[in-house]
Amino acid sequence: MKIEFTLNGKPVDVDLSPNLRLIDVLREHFGLRSLKEGCGEGECGVCTILMDDRAVTSCIIPLGMVQGRKIETLESIRETHNFKIIRKAFEKTGAVQCGFCTPGMVVATEALMRKRNKPTRKEIIEAISGNLCRCTGYHMIIEGIEEAVQKREGI
Amino acid sequence: MKEAYLPETLQEALQVRKDQKVLPIAGGTDLMIQHRREGGVAPAFEYPLLFLHKLKELKKIEQHTDQIIIGAGVLLSQLIEEQPVPELLRKTVRQMAAVTTRNVATIGGNICNASPAGDTLPFLYATEAVVLLQSLEGSRHLLIQDFITGPGKTALKEDELLVEIRIPYKEFKVAYYRKVGTRKALALSKISFAGLANFENGYLSDLRMAVGAVAPTVVRSREAEKQLIGLTVEEMKGKMQFVREIYSELIKPIDDARSTAGYRKAVSLDLLEWFVREEVCRGG
Ligand SMILES: Cc1cc2nc3c(=O)[nH]c(=O)nc-3n(C[C@H](O)[C@H](O)[C@H](O)COP(=O)(O)OP(=O)(O)OC[C@H]3O[C@@H](n4cnc5c(N)ncnc54)[C@H](O)[C@@H]3O)c2cc1C
Ligand code: FES
Ligand code: FES
Repeated sequence: MKIEFTLNGKPVDVDLSPNLRLIDVLREHFGLRSLKEGCGEGECGVCTILMDDRAVTSCIIPLGMVQGRKIETLESIRETHNFKIIRKAFEKTGAVQCGFCTPGMVVATEALMRKRNKPTRKEIIEAISGNLCRCTGYHMIIEGIEEAVQKREGI
Repeated sequence: MKEAYLPETLQEALQVRKDQKVLPIAGGTDLMIQHRREGGVAPAFEYPLLFLHKLKELKKIEQHTDQIIIGAGVLLSQLIEEQPVPELLRKTVRQMAAVTTRNVATIGGNICNASPAGDTLPFLYATEAVVLLQSLEGSRHLLIQDFITGPGKTALKEDELLVEIRIPYKEFKVAYYRKVGTRKALALSKISFAGLANFENGYLSDLRMAVGAVAPTVVRSREAEKQLIGLTVEEMKGKMQFVREIYSELIKPIDDARSTAGYRKAVSLDLLEWFVREEVCRGG
């Protein structure tokens, strides 16, 4: 079935089964290898992408659901101004340890920074509630996001 | 037969419903997990999918004088972000899943999935919400408790779709929601409780207590509620044992790995009593 959507800023179409998981289509058909799979059940957040500016887990989204929508992965988020700030901030606060959760955390942070100018700590915690981290105990990640938000303020 | 349907309008979707057996899919957060297969293989569905995400008719949130209307396709996230949504529903949804799931999951999906642990259900039972079901033949209204007929079972007919949820508009002095689960947001709840109460001149004038995840469907006892309505705070305290007994009969947890049935029963009865003693009595 023909499915059309916008992927990382470009209109694309594919002729594949609408039941396929979005994560598989993005990885295999579009070669977006930044996208990793963890649990495959929407619980860990490693496969987080943006759909119409909202952070969602691509392992439980069927391809048909993206018809007519805007999809963004880390490949294009990497090019945003926010990303540079986020990366620096994460480095500064030690938010990256093993790095397993980092791509998903970055996408979730980007979604938050688009939505809110000055998110509160509560909003930050909520924004990454779908992203599990086994290493940092979240503290350094939350600080990293606070740092990123402040740095963006400063410019 | 087509692999799937991607209608643009409700009319088109209802035509598909009439013409063949399909599986409606809104956010897919229940369906994708239920049909998941190991190893990155596409999930297998018994029927072609009918995608509902493009239907604008399912997206409304409206305040009317006597009710609030919420479209079946409204996202859980929108229930938190947008107006006018009853505060207690907002509070309930804040404790459901994580943002990433709430960003695709819909209220209609939570209802039609009819899980005993569906977290919006106690709120909907307590407020006596009505669902609007539509087919090409016409539409009908059902009270939520008549729509949900068992675990995973609803009165939805094969040619119908759930279009909207109508929540009678009423102010409550006491509006309480509590979820007891292993992890606050991610785990499906062990117990999900919604309670509403009003007082007039020092007497309890309205009371609704709905407990989810402790029986095949949400438990709400009018009989128990009636025992307390019309009483003063002091009088209510003396009736608590009786209320516990009524609910004790109705609470029949489906024992599963999430917790033992006995524990659930004990906790839900304590929760009921806590609600009446602390929340309701304070409101009066
Ligand atoms: C990680 C994770 C965490 C979760 N946490 C919670 C939680 O805390 N609490 C909770 O209650 N649930 C939870 N869920 C379950 C799920 O997210 C919710 O039940 C959600 O509201 C389902 O909505 P959906 O749109 O994704 O449903 P779908 O999966 O699209 O559909 C569910 C069912 O409803 C039917 N359906 C949907 N819309 C309509 C319609 N308009 N008309 C007719 N039939 C329809 C479908 O055919 C299907 O049978 C969780 C799920 C995941 C993956
Ligand atoms: S792999 Fe998608 S949420 Fe874990
Ligand atoms: S840094 Fe290791 S999981 Fe988060």
